[in-house]
Amino acid sequence: MATIDRAATRRRRIPWSLLVFLGPAVLIYSAFMVFPLFDSLRLSLFAPGGSGLGVFVGLQNYVTLLTDPLWSPRFWGALGNNLVFFTIHMLVQNPIGLLLAVLLTTRVLRGRAAYRALIFAPTVLSVVIVGFIWKLILSPLWGVASGALDSIGIGQLYGPWLGLQGPAIIVVSLMSVWQYVGIPMLLFSAALLSIPDEVIEAARVDGAGPFRIFSRIQLPLIAPTVGIVAVLTFVGNFNAFDLVYSVQGGMAGPEFSTDLMGTLFYRTFFGFQLQLGNPTMGATVAGAMFVIILFGVCLYLFGLQRRLQTYEA
Amino acid sequence: MTRHAASLGDGPLRRSARALGISPSGAGKHAVLLIYTAVAVFPIALVVMNSLKSRSAIFDAPVQPPTPGTFSLIGYETLTKRGDFLGYFGNSAIVTGVSLALILLFGAMAGFALARHRFTGNRLLGLYLGIGIMVPIRLGTVSILNIIVGLGLANTQAALILVYIASGLPLAVFILSQFFREFPRDLEDAARVDGAGDFTIFGMAARLARPAIAAVAVLTMIPVWNDLWWPLILASGRKTATLTLGTQQFLGQFVSDWNAVLAALTIAMLPMIALYVVFSRQFIRGLMGGALK
Repeated sequence: MATIDRAATRRRRIPWSLLVFLGPAVLIYSAFMVFPLFDSLRLSLFAPGGSGLGVFVGLQNYVTLLTDPLWSPRFWGALGNNLVFFTIHMLVQNPIGLLLAVLLTTRVLRGRAAYRALIFAPTVLSVVIVGFIWKLILSPLWGVASGALDSIGIGQLYGPWLGLQGPAIIVVSLMSVWQYVGIPMLLFSAALLSIPDEVIEAARVDGAGPFRIFSRIQLPLIAPTVGIVAVLTFVGNFNAFDLVYSVQGGMAGPEFSTDLMGTLFYRTFFGFQLQLGNPTMGATVAGAMFVIILFGVCLYLFGLQRRLQTYEA
Repeated sequence: MTRHAASLGDGPLRRSARALGISPSGAGKHAVLLIYTAVAVFPIALVVMNSLKSRSAIFDAPVQPPTPGTFSLIGYETLTKRGDFLGYFGNSAIVTGVSLALILLFGAMAGFALARHRFTGNRLLGLYLGIGIMVPIRLGTVSILNIIVGLGLANTQAALILVYIASGLPLAVFILSQFFREFPRDLEDAARVDGAGDFTIFGMAARLARPAIAAVAVLTMIPVWNDLWWPLILASGRKTATLTLGTQQFLGQFVSDWNAVLAALTIAMLPMIALYVVFSRQFIRGLMGGALK
C-alpha cells in the first residue's frame, strides 16, 4: 500500500514536503543570484538622469565603454592585462600543477601526504595576505628578493618590479600562480589516480619509459580534466580582483598597468579617490565581463569538451 | 621505482637507497618536490619568523630565525592597541559559520529533493541551480547592493550571509544531489514500510552523506572566509569588518610599521593555518573527492 502510494505521489502530484525541501534554496538563490544577474544586465541599458530609474539608452553604454576616448583605453587596457594574467596562469600554474601531480601520484613515494599538504597550504590563505607577503618580499626596503637573487649570482636582475609598468602585471600574475598552483595539482592528482594501475603496468612491461607513459597514456586519459582546469582558470582569472586591489591599490598602478576587469569594475561602479561611482556604467562593465566569461564557458562546453570526448572514445 | 632500481643491479649503495624508498629516479622526484615545497612554504615561514623580531633584526638579517637577542613582540603590542583583530575574527567566524551551516542545510535539502523525487521540471531546476557554478555572483553586484540597501541591510552581517548562501548553494546542491542518488532504494523502501516520512528519510540519507557534506563544507568555507569583495561593498564599517577586510585596512594604515604589518599578517593567517594543520587531510580529500564527482 505504502509503496503504491509513494509511486503515485512521486510521479504525479508535487508533495508539500518537496516544496519545503526546495523552497529555501530556490528562493535565496533566485533572489540574490539569478535576479541580480539579470537586473544588472538590465541596468546596463540605462543612464543616470530623468526620474527614478534613469533613461533607457539601449546599448549606448557598451558603445561608450568600447569607443569613448575616456573609457575605451581603460577597458582595452584591463582586458589586455587580464589576457596576460590568464596566459601566465595557463603557461605556468597549470603545467607546474600537472608536473607536481604526476610526481605525487607515482606508486612508491615517501612523504606524499606531507608534500601535498605543504604545497597546497598557500591556497587556503586569503589573497590579501598572500599579496602583502609578496609585496614585502619583493620590496627594495627589505631586500629579501634581491638578497635571494644575489645568493645565486643573478642579483643584477633584481628590480623594483611592482613599480615598473611592464613587469608589474607579470609579477602580480606569478603571485597568484604561487597561491593557486595547489588547485590544478589536486584536480590532476584525482584524475591521474583514477587511471587503472593495470594500464600503466602493461605499458611498462612493454618497455615504455616514464615520459612515454605520460605522453601516450596519462595525458590523453586526463584530457577532460585539462579542459576543466582551463575553464576554471579562465573564469577565476576574469573575475579576479582582490590581489591587484591589495597589492597595487584600486588604481591598479603603475599607470593602470595591472588593471584587471575586476578592478575596473570596482572603480567604475563604486568609485575610487577622485573618481565618482557610476552604477550604470559599472553594470556595463559587469555585462562585458559576463559576455567574456560566457564566451569562455561556451568555448569549453561546445568546442573543447566535445573534441576531448571524441578523442577519449 | 624500486623495481626500476632493482633492474639496474643490486650494489650495496642501491640496496641501502632502496631500503629508504629512494631510487635514482626517485631522488630526482624528491629534489623537485622538495624545491617546490620550499617555494610554497618559505614566504609564509619568513613572515611568521620576522613578526617575532625587533625592527632592526627584521632588516639586518631577514632570513635568520629570532634569537633571544632579537626576539620582540612589539608588533603584536601595536596590534592589540590599534587594531581590533579579535572583533574582526568574531565577525568572520559568525558570517562564515552561519553561511556554512545554512548552505549545507538548504543545499542538502534541495539536493535530496532533486535526487529522490521525479517531478516535472526536475532536470530543468537542476540546470537552473547549476548556472551559478560557472557564473560568478560578483557580476550582479550593482543590483545586489540596490537590493541590500532596499532591505535596510547595508552594513550588516545578514547581508553578507545572504549573498554567501546564494553563491555557495549551486555547488553544494550539485555535489550533494549526486551523492544522494546513491542512497540505496531498499533502505528507503524499508523505512517507508515502517512508516517513515520524507523528513526521516532525509535525516537517514544526510547521516550517510557525511563525507560529501564535509567535502562541500571545505569547498565552501575557504572562499567565504577569505573573501574581500563583499565586505568591501556591503559591510565595510568597522563593526562588521571581517578578518580579511580588517587586515586589508590595517595593513593600508600601518604600511611603514613593519613590526605591526608582519604581526598582522601572522595573526590573520593563524585561524586558517590552524584549521588546515588539524584538518589538512580532510581539506585535500574533500577537494579531490569534489573533483572526482
